[in-house]
Amino acid sequence: MKYQWDFPAVWNHFDMLVVGLVGTVKLAAVSIVLGVIVGFVVALMRLSHRRMLRAPATAFVEFYRNTPPLVHFFWFFYALPIMVGVSFEPFTAAVLALSTQSGAFYAEVFRGGIVSIEGGQWEGAKALGMSYREVMRRVILPQALRRMVAPFVDRSFELTKTTALASSLAYAELLYQAMQVNSITFRPMEVYTTIALMYFIVLFAASNLMRLVEYRLARAG
Amino acid sequence: MDETVIRIRNLHKRFGDLHVVKGVDLEVKRGERIAIIGASGSGKSTILRCLNFMEMPSEGTIELDGKLLGTEGRANGGRAGRIYSEAELCALRTRVGMVFQQFNLFPHMTVLENVMEGLITVKRTSKDAARSRATEQLTKVGLLDKLDAYPGKLSGGQQQRVAIARALAMEPEVLLFDEPTSSLDPELVGEVLRVIHALAEEGRTMLLVTHELGFAYHFADRVVFIADGVVHETGTADEVLKHPKRERTQAFLARFTERAF
Amino acid sequence: MEYTWDFTVIVDAFPVLLRGLLVTVELWVLAFAIGLSLGFAVSLGRISGRPWVNAPAIGYVEIFRNTPVLVQLIWFYYAFPIVLGQQLSPFTAAALGLTLNTSAYCAEIFRGGIVSIARGQWEGAKAIGMTRAMTMRRVILPQVMKRMLPAFTNRGIELAKVTSLASLLAVNEIMYQGRLLSSTYYRPLEILTVVALVYFVLIYPGSYLSARLERRLAARD
Repeated sequence: MKYQWDFPAVWNHFDMLVVGLVGTVKLAAVSIVLGVIVGFVVALMRLSHRRMLRAPATAFVEFYRNTPPLVHFFWFFYALPIMVGVSFEPFTAAVLALSTQSGAFYAEVFRGGIVSIEGGQWEGAKALGMSYREVMRRVILPQALRRMVAPFVDRSFELTKTTALASSLAYAELLYQAMQVNSITFRPMEVYTTIALMYFIVLFAASNLMRLVEYRLARAG
Repeated sequence: MDETVIRIRNLHKRFGDLHVVKGVDLEVKRGERIAIIGASGSGKSTILRCLNFMEMPSEGTIELDGKLLGTEGRANGGRAGRIYSEAELCALRTRVGMVFQQFNLFPHMTVLENVMEGLITVKRTSKDAARSRATEQLTKVGLLDKLDAYPGKLSGGQQQRVAIARALAMEPEVLLFDEPTSSLDPELVGEVLRVIHALAEEGRTMLLVTHELGFAYHFADRVVFIADGVVHETGTADEVLKHPKRERTQAFLARFTERAF
Repeated sequence: MEYTWDFTVIVDAFPVLLRGLLVTVELWVLAFAIGLSLGFAVSLGRISGRPWVNAPAIGYVEIFRNTPVLVQLIWFYYAFPIVLGQQLSPFTAAALGLTLNTSAYCAEIFRGGIVSIARGQWEGAKAIGMTRAMTMRRVILPQVMKRMLPAFTNRGIELAKVTSLASLLAVNEIMYQGRLLSSTYYRPLEILTVVALVYFVLIYPGSYLSARLERRLAARD
């Protein structure tokens, strides 16, 4: 059997796929920003000396690291509304799922960066009479930030790929839009190959760009 | 006695644009001990490494026991040359052993396991036979008390003696030594040289690339001086090291102020 | 508003969830075992000096790493059968997608491990007449296995989470059963929470071991 390719059938609906791509980028961007905030707070809690702060933060991180993202999507979309009595838009539920999940991972990135700075740095700065905040801001964070760049970028790429799960909540990101185009054209091969390539081009280009940035940063340091 | 074990003809080696060995001919007789000397970068190690195909010759032929190695064909670049199968090279390497500057012992195996490894995986010797032969070789290099130690726990000199035992266990017809003492602390050089000397007394065929000219003088039947990737001067130890004919050889030797011969 | 929890539905639903869990485990074992072996083969291509072996191996790895897994699963279920000329069962498509995806990541782990071994090890083995295959088996892999173990465990954990995506192809694993049950009983909060917990119980031991292993290896170096 010879398969007749028909890419033009799909490209006629390319505008729908562009809408999807914009949806993907929007979801990823909002979730990364919120995820960083969540991650920063959780990381500070995990580094705290108070058990009351540390324990819930640890539980939060472990829960997200050991459960599938898809469960979080469904939980925020179908389960949480029942508890709070308000229903969420697919976008809201997806952002909640992605930003809390990535927050857990970002927290580990931040914490890892900070604890990787040798004790001698703390001692050296304290010996100069600097306070905890000053040491953190002037000595530790500048060094730690540089070490966080690579794992932070990796995590953000993971998050971007995970946005595809929002299609299961009928949020109009790239995969969901592709499903719509498929239901119009009945051309799954062409549709799904096209969006796979779109993801690939965006992610591959971005990851090479980031590698260049990392390289520059590493050389500067 | 005058039987030729290895015959090299017109050996060339290029690394990209770098022409390191530029046409070397050399014959090694059975039982002969050859010291190869020369400045760093002269190509002397590369010549040795081509003998057991650690490096693939770019041009030229190598005969072992009168048998030409490889088959005529087109090499990777499409140029006419010799091609060598992995099986042929592996078989060859069991007959031509090598000791490296950096020992290259396997860190995850004990001393005994290092020496047994080739016997078991390559020669398919039984475990018991391999163990007894390995123990025998390790006794010879004076390391009977280190059988169960890991290489990481040994001094450089001890590691190099293990490496020698590992090569010996394969019962090679020819032994190649690639600067075996160059990465050792000065106080550890002696113990390794003594082992090599003892092997020389046994009448083994050996080629040694070295900077230890004093040792080379006592060790070698023949000394080969390499410069710019060619054999610049060759002869008995006396001829080359004591009465070198060519200027370049003289200049090289003059740099070694304390000569032990 | 006060929500009244009703966990009795879980008692009714549990046998079905357990059956789903079995399918999850089946999917995981299959994809991990084959993914590891295939990944090793791909890594050999990745480290090969021959461009016509090397280039396809790089392409393979990059395509799977730079597109969302969900898109890959959907592609194998809806698009791939068209070129194949034969329908795939949801389970086969999911297993195929997960296996290939895992193999791409494993290939990079193997490659990283193999190239971390000094060239002298290859030479030492070569000099006693060992073939490349023997050297790999007896000298190289035993040295890097320990070093690669945390990375493989992490891969296993990722895979366990990603198996949940098979539910979107209607593979009757635990996530699928969970969604089905929550619409049958109309108790998504209880059921989805329990599904999340089941995943946690399944995955946590692995990530706990992996973290300990990593610490132990780090302490030894």
